[in-house]
Amino acid sequence: MEHITKRFPGVLACDDISIHVGEGEVLALVGENGAGKTTLMNILMGLYQQDEGRILINGEEVRFRGPEDAFAAGLGMVHQQYMLVPNMTVTENVALGYQQAWKPLKLDLKMVRDRVIEISEHYGLQVNPDAYIWQLSVGEQQRVELVKTLCLGARFLILDEPTSALTPQETDELILLLKRMKDELSIIFISHKLNEVKALSNKVTILRHGKVVFNGETDDYSPQEIAALMTGHEVQLPENKEPDMHGAPALVLKDVCVRSDRGFLALDGLDLTVHEGEIVGLAGVSGNGQRELAEAINGLRSVERGTITFFGVNLANKNPYYVIDHGMGYIPEERNVEGIVPPFAIRENFILKDSDRERFSHLSFLKKKSIEENAKRLRDDFDIRCPGTSTSAGSLSGGNIQKVILAREITRAPKFLIAVYPTRGLDMGAIEFIHRELLKKRREGIGILLVSEELDEIINLSDRIAVIYKGKIQKVLPHAEANRRNLGILMAGVNEDE
Amino acid sequence: MDFVVNLLAMCVPFSVALLLASIGEMFNQRAGVFNLGCEGVMAMGAFIGMLVPFMIGKGGEVANYWNYLGILAAVMVGALLGLFFGLIVVTFRAPQGIAGIGLQMFGVGTAGTLFRHFVGGTQSVVGIPNSPVPLLSKIPVVGDIFFNHNLLVYFAFLFVPVAWYILFKTSWGLKVRAVGTYPRAADSMGINVNKTRYQALMLGGALAALSGAYLSLAQAKMFSQSLIAGRGFIAVALVYFGHWHPVQIMGGALLFSLAQTFQAAIQGLGINFPYEFAVMLPYVLVIVVLSFTSRNQTTSPSALGKPFNREIRT
Amino acid sequence: MKMSRTFKFVYKLGIMLVAALAALLMASIILWMIGADVSQTFYTICFLPLTKTLHMTEVLIRAIPLCILALGISIAYRSGIINIGAEGQMAMGVLAFTAVALAAPDLPRPLLLPMALLAGVLGGGLWGFIPGILKAKLKVSELLSTVMLNYIAAQFYTFCLRVLMLDPAEKMTGSGTPQSMRLTANIELGRLSGRLHYGLFIALVLAVLVYLLMWKTTFGYKMRAAGSQDRAARYGGINVSKYLAISMIISGGFAGLAGGIEIAGVHRRAIEGVTNNYGFSGVVVALFGGLHPAGIVPASFLFGLLIYGSTLAPTRVGVPANIVQVMQGLIIIVIVTAQMVLSNKYLEARMCRRWNALFHKQKEVA
Repeated sequence: MEHITKRFPGVLACDDISIHVGEGEVLALVGENGAGKTTLMNILMGLYQQDEGRILINGEEVRFRGPEDAFAAGLGMVHQQYMLVPNMTVTENVALGYQQAWKPLKLDLKMVRDRVIEISEHYGLQVNPDAYIWQLSVGEQQRVELVKTLCLGARFLILDEPTSALTPQETDELILLLKRMKDELSIIFISHKLNEVKALSNKVTILRHGKVVFNGETDDYSPQEIAALMTGHEVQLPENKEPDMHGAPALVLKDVCVRSDRGFLALDGLDLTVHEGEIVGLAGVSGNGQRELAEAINGLRSVERGTITFFGVNLANKNPYYVIDHGMGYIPEERNVEGIVPPFAIRENFILKDSDRERFSHLSFLKKKSIEENAKRLRDDFDIRCPGTSTSAGSLSGGNIQKVILAREITRAPKFLIAVYPTRGLDMGAIEFIHRELLKKRREGIGILLVSEELDEIINLSDRIAVIYKGKIQKVLPHAEANRRNLGILMAGVNEDE
Repeated sequence: MDFVVNLLAMCVPFSVALLLASIGEMFNQRAGVFNLGCEGVMAMGAFIGMLVPFMIGKGGEVANYWNYLGILAAVMVGALLGLFFGLIVVTFRAPQGIAGIGLQMFGVGTAGTLFRHFVGGTQSVVGIPNSPVPLLSKIPVVGDIFFNHNLLVYFAFLFVPVAWYILFKTSWGLKVRAVGTYPRAADSMGINVNKTRYQALMLGGALAALSGAYLSLAQAKMFSQSLIAGRGFIAVALVYFGHWHPVQIMGGALLFSLAQTFQAAIQGLGINFPYEFAVMLPYVLVIVVLSFTSRNQTTSPSALGKPFNREIRT
Repeated sequence: MKMSRTFKFVYKLGIMLVAALAALLMASIILWMIGADVSQTFYTICFLPLTKTLHMTEVLIRAIPLCILALGISIAYRSGIINIGAEGQMAMGVLAFTAVALAAPDLPRPLLLPMALLAGVLGGGLWGFIPGILKAKLKVSELLSTVMLNYIAAQFYTFCLRVLMLDPAEKMTGSGTPQSMRLTANIELGRLSGRLHYGLFIALVLAVLVYLLMWKTTFGYKMRAAGSQDRAARYGGINVSKYLAISMIISGGFAGLAGGIEIAGVHRRAIEGVTNNYGFSGVVVALFGGLHPAGIVPASFLFGLLIYGSTLAPTRVGVPANIVQVMQGLIIIVIVTAQMVLSNKYLEARMCRRWNALFHKQKEVA
């Protein structure tokens, strides 16, 4: 790829990027969130069209109008968010791209099925061709993605953050597998986890703000050097190094059972206690009940059994208003559709939970002036970059949206805070800011339940770490005893004590 | 006994309009597009269907094959309207619910305008005659219920397994289902999401128009501005009721037409019952059915109603 | 990328012009098909009614129910529920209004008229409450339930006029027109000129009230939040179901009131076809008015004009009055489409680059 440029409204996603991959090579494409890695790969796959630049394969310029052209050229991509239709079988999912099987008047599923079996045996990737996607675990779905891509004839594999949803052990397996496969294939491996980059790749290219900032042989550099190049400056994320100062129990969950949208028990007898003045990190592969837990506490999901005691009051099956009124602060998982009302102005979003209170309204008429003053103050205090307080919140960037939510939740003076994936998809600057604010709240004696899939974040910030697996707390570890390895084992559902 | 046989023998042809429109809407929704304009497309189909034989025969009798030309014209207009709706909701990504209301008003209004101009007032047409199936129609009871109808009735019921086959056994059906459930995945596999949706909309529009033409040419044998009477909306509701599956939709269509025939039957029996309440019955039934089925819609195509834009990540 | 003000203005204006032209073109095609004189037809529908006072009053008496209905529809729409059942709600309002007027014809006007209007509000409100609660509690699509309730209300309306409220005079003569007897003078709204009645002021006052309610109170704030993003509203402690149901009661109440006013001001008896497709037109007016009272008031005048103008069309230019429905359908489609195009930032950015390339090339080089 040479001199690729791609613009999005208000953003230059790729700015004159050139990369080069040889046969049998593994190139690691490294960079922060929003650096343009995924966009670049989507261009390579024909999903986006570049505004400038060209793509060469074996020295010949190619122009992909869509992914089918890329498949034909032997390219294949495993997207970060798996591209599998959940209510179809593995075979049907492969058939979607397997045009040889598209006979007129008939879809030759048998042919596709045979191909799936052939490929999975060849590479040692075990999949059941007749299973429905929704029945499979995340790790199995990834194998399906790999098989699917290989079935379509990929000799050049692009993997977009393949390990982000895996436990550390599953990650190790994947890396072993890819090492075997690189004899036959060329691979581009997108990641921001540097140990994986070191383990797998021969070459590394670092992107920052849509530009290539570094090209080199992986073996010549240490993870620390690559990290510094990736962020552009030495970012030292804050750590929780202060002494234990926890107070009385603030939030006590006992034997909580909650059903998911699909009707199965997402929380199955969960017990957890968080005290005042401590951060409890909830580690786990996403989809093990984290969302349901946060929603149940905040009155957004009904509780089938068990109690949620919050400073002596049971919150189970109360409405959200009641929970908010008792001093709960909540940074929700889906910041764009849950944390803010997107078309509302920033100042209107700041009063989402408080429009009734005397501070912002009188006899149910809104006080325009105090709403505006409040908005200006929060904007300045939290450094929210926006044209004005009447800008619609939905038009802000992810980091600024998260700051709007954080500002609202923190300044409401809550007695407790639940933060669900608070830094997902944000850049280092915003992550640092949010971590500092959370630690500040802890110092003020507020209990925080931090749900995250980033183990570093959890280890850095938490006083205690609880691991959730299939709706139950596997184990609670004090900060001193937790490390990536033992957390990973617990996240995979193995409890060594038993 | 005769009463029941008559009721059922009426119920089967009455269900055809709902069945065809509903199967069409099923294809729309399976591809992720909610077309509330079905009523308008049906009105256009009904009008065009009767207009062609009416104009050719100058209001008098015409040979039967002209009726089929009318149907063909109606089907083409229906597909065109589907294409038009695609332009609005697929290419321009307009919100589908309200755009569908617009299409409904446009279709009903245009059919009404053209009808007033070309036909004037209510005029009956000869319409499509019954074609009893040889031998089978002679079977007592069953023959009258199933095998003594016009060709469109047989076509509609034969189309149910065909629709099932298209949806679940062909590559196009696979694409339609993928596009309606997870368009991003379909896109990443090189499937043209918008094109597939356009195709589904054209098929849906053609079927809705066919259903309208059936009403004007085979069932009522005339066109009036209140001919469709909400059947387009009922057809949309039937898709929910039938869980996006052709066979279940057929069951729903039969159930609803039973409610409609019930009204006619009551009048036939001379029971003194305000007919307005009998007419209400299918509409009430829709609301009742939706109340029971809307809450747990896990089978619905998950991208239903959501426009697809490759460049916006979700 | 910088977007100049000129570009933004030209861009928006351009899209709106293209949209308007597209709608005009399509309506013209239909007119051409029936061999009508296109320009003469548009003149008859859009300008002729403005030339005479009598015509103007007729336009206004159509604008009054449209305005009230559209205000109600906009409240519901802002709260996240598309009410296309105003037709039925209006019919139920008319029935409730008529029932009160028939039941107590001897009450003095200051008592009877408000009572009857209130009954209209309640009748319409109840009919609006049904789809509201069905959506809030059972997730029944309001698009389908309101349409079904329209058909049910229409049947019930005919039944009442034909059986329960039938004018005794009709029974005597046996002509059988289903309509109620002429109601007592105590329910009549005064008239300004021609058939134009004081309902005009009621509509304008309601417009101001709706503005205050939706944009100046916590109640309106919560309704708008629930409508804009229900998940965020629920997260913020707002009882979304409650506000959905309330907004539909208000919306239906407005429709019922419009029905009552229509009887009190214009017809003075319940007649067939009183709703005159106003319920669907109201949706168009609400959208055309940008779901805001300041836009709905002029929009209702415009559509009053179209609806009245189309009644002139059959005799003047030989175009069936149904043409107004065609135009309304096209207008809805064009509005929602143009809105989506306007909010498409990708397209805007792309056009902006073209624009800059066209006009600023020399500057860049320099």
